[in-house]
Amino acid sequence: MALMPYIAAIDAGIHQEMRRDPKVLYFGQNLATTENHAFLAAYGPERVRVTPISETAEIGIAVGAAMAGLRPVVELYMAEFMLVAMDQVVNEAPRMRYMSGGQVKVPLVLKAGYGFTCGWAGQHTGTLSALFMGVPGLKVAVPATAADAKGLMASAIRDDNPVVFLHHYLLTLEQGEVPDGEYLVPFGKADVRRAGADVTIVATGWMVPRALGAAQQLAKEGIDAEVIDPRTVAPLDLDTILKSVDKTGRVVLVDQATRHASVSSVIAAELAEHGFRALRAPIIQVTAADTTIPYSEPLEAYVLPDEARIVAGVRTVLK
Amino acid sequence: MSVQSLNAERQVWIYTQMLRIRTFEERVKRTFTDHPGVIRGHTHLADGAEASIVGSLSHFREGDAALATYRCHGYPLTLGSDPKAMMAEVYGRADGLCKGLGGSMHLTDVKRGFLGTSGIVGAGIPHAAGAAWAAQLRKRGDVVFCFFGDGASKQGAFHETLNIASLWKLPAVFVMENNGYNVVTTTAQEDANAAAGEPLSVKAKAYALPGVTVDGTDPLAVYRTVGEAVERARAGRGPTLVESKVYRLSAHGNIIAPPGVPLHYPEHEAIAVFGKREEYEAALRGDPVPRFRGTLILGGVLTSAQADELAARIAGEIEEAVSFALKSPFPKLESALEYNYA
Repeated sequence: MALMPYIAAIDAGIHQEMRRDPKVLYFGQNLATTENHAFLAAYGPERVRVTPISETAEIGIAVGAAMAGLRPVVELYMAEFMLVAMDQVVNEAPRMRYMSGGQVKVPLVLKAGYGFTCGWAGQHTGTLSALFMGVPGLKVAVPATAADAKGLMASAIRDDNPVVFLHHYLLTLEQGEVPDGEYLVPFGKADVRRAGADVTIVATGWMVPRALGAAQQLAKEGIDAEVIDPRTVAPLDLDTILKSVDKTGRVVLVDQATRHASVSSVIAAELAEHGFRALRAPIIQVTAADTTIPYSEPLEAYVLPDEARIVAGVRTVLK
Repeated sequence: MSVQSLNAERQVWIYTQMLRIRTFEERVKRTFTDHPGVIRGHTHLADGAEASIVGSLSHFREGDAALATYRCHGYPLTLGSDPKAMMAEVYGRADGLCKGLGGSMHLTDVKRGFLGTSGIVGAGIPHAAGAAWAAQLRKRGDVVFCFFGDGASKQGAFHETLNIASLWKLPAVFVMENNGYNVVTTTAQEDANAAAGEPLSVKAKAYALPGVTVDGTDPLAVYRTVGEAVERARAGRGPTLVESKVYRLSAHGNIIAPPGVPLHYPEHEAIAVFGKREEYEAALRGDPVPRFRGTLILGGVLTSAQADELAARIAGEIEEAVSFALKSPFPKLESALEYNYA
């Protein structure tokens, strides 16, 4: 185990796979512009390259390289930059295998930060995970800890499908214990971050530490919350969530996204269909307000879910 | 459009706007140390590009429009926006130009013809063409000024828009401010023309519109070159691509960091990343703002006492903007939900 920040753990995951497999490429904007860049120095310019600001070409090239047998990791920096190349992400990468009747595979990773709600205003702060989770053929990883960041990145690179790897920008410097050596976290397996009997809280990314904080606060009042982090939203580990709701009968779904574009609304629908008999109260969703993110600090805080709103959500569901 | 048409008064106006931009942005930069935490997110300064901005917008007349990028403080200042409202926006306050919703990256002042900015590289270029279509329909000879960086010319949006604008003879002037760097990537590292030693204005050739390169640190040269492009557009002969060569004197932006890490401006990438101190210092020696001051004094257009007086007046104006912005309240919380729909 080594203590390292979330961002270093992602790099550790990429290094682990690049060392192991010469077919892994790493490229994108503003990386490897000098010889001392860690990845360029380790793997050379055949595999590590800077690209222009050309997302459609970057991601399209990754699709082609993947079909030709390589494993590209594209550095996109911000999730919104993927929107420039939405066709490649949604309508090219995940379609090729299907349309070819399984002849080709498209193993690539689109690495992008998201949710940078600290004054980045309307175009750089979105929580876009749900936008991608409903696209058949795409997988979506949303690590909340340093260990998961490493393990999910490594699994993303080994996966034979296109993976949108969304790392949360506000977690960038959060330290965590990360296993040494080869480490993989499987896709589709939620992590029960805190066991509890009274209420189930499901959260991803930056909302996970908020949910754990709320659970701690509630514990002082004798409320025992279970906190589940799905870790990947496609595939989504519904079984773990359903099992928890069977036990608690009450659920609060937390998501930094706007409500109708949130992972929580998808989980809510699945719970209504498959967990209805276990529910002892209506599902509560704690999400961002349905708005573009404002620049001004108090307004930004006003529209985002936080610990207090999660606590309030739990109190409501327990009434 | 000749320099002769630029009388002394107009030249002083150009210098005044250049100095206002510089002073405004120096105060933005200083806010990180003077008032930590007041500016959030990401700010981008245009120091080094003032001559290009003002030389271009000298041709702006009522009915015209301008669009730009997240590096946007200079345009509205030149077009007459209130620096108090601009600083209040950068500080996220209720009296801000955009009510505190947009911040430094998204200044907009529609009343003055500044239609706004995108934080996504290249995304504003087609918006400008759309505005130019509207101008074409008005048949009043209105022109749209479209400002973007060298990095944006690697976007599909740039190429797609240049093709359509040329094909439809849209009254637009595409001013590419080539500052040599896309964040930490040099132009030669990401641009095939630059790597081959060609000016970036050759890209216009592919779409059959004029492409010219101008020294963007010389306001009179920019005035001349953009003037010809504007004249052409007003006459209905279509758009022009102007590559305006500038040097960004500050880093790309303040450091990118999560809350809790104090924000500041790091050293320029030429030094911090590439160790090219010489290159940076040469650019500093060519700083367009003091250089144009020298030109005007040498040319007898301005005395140095007048220039000092002007600088003091502008410093006072921007100081006032800072105090105004600091005193302006935060917007009402519910206003966060107000403008999602018309």
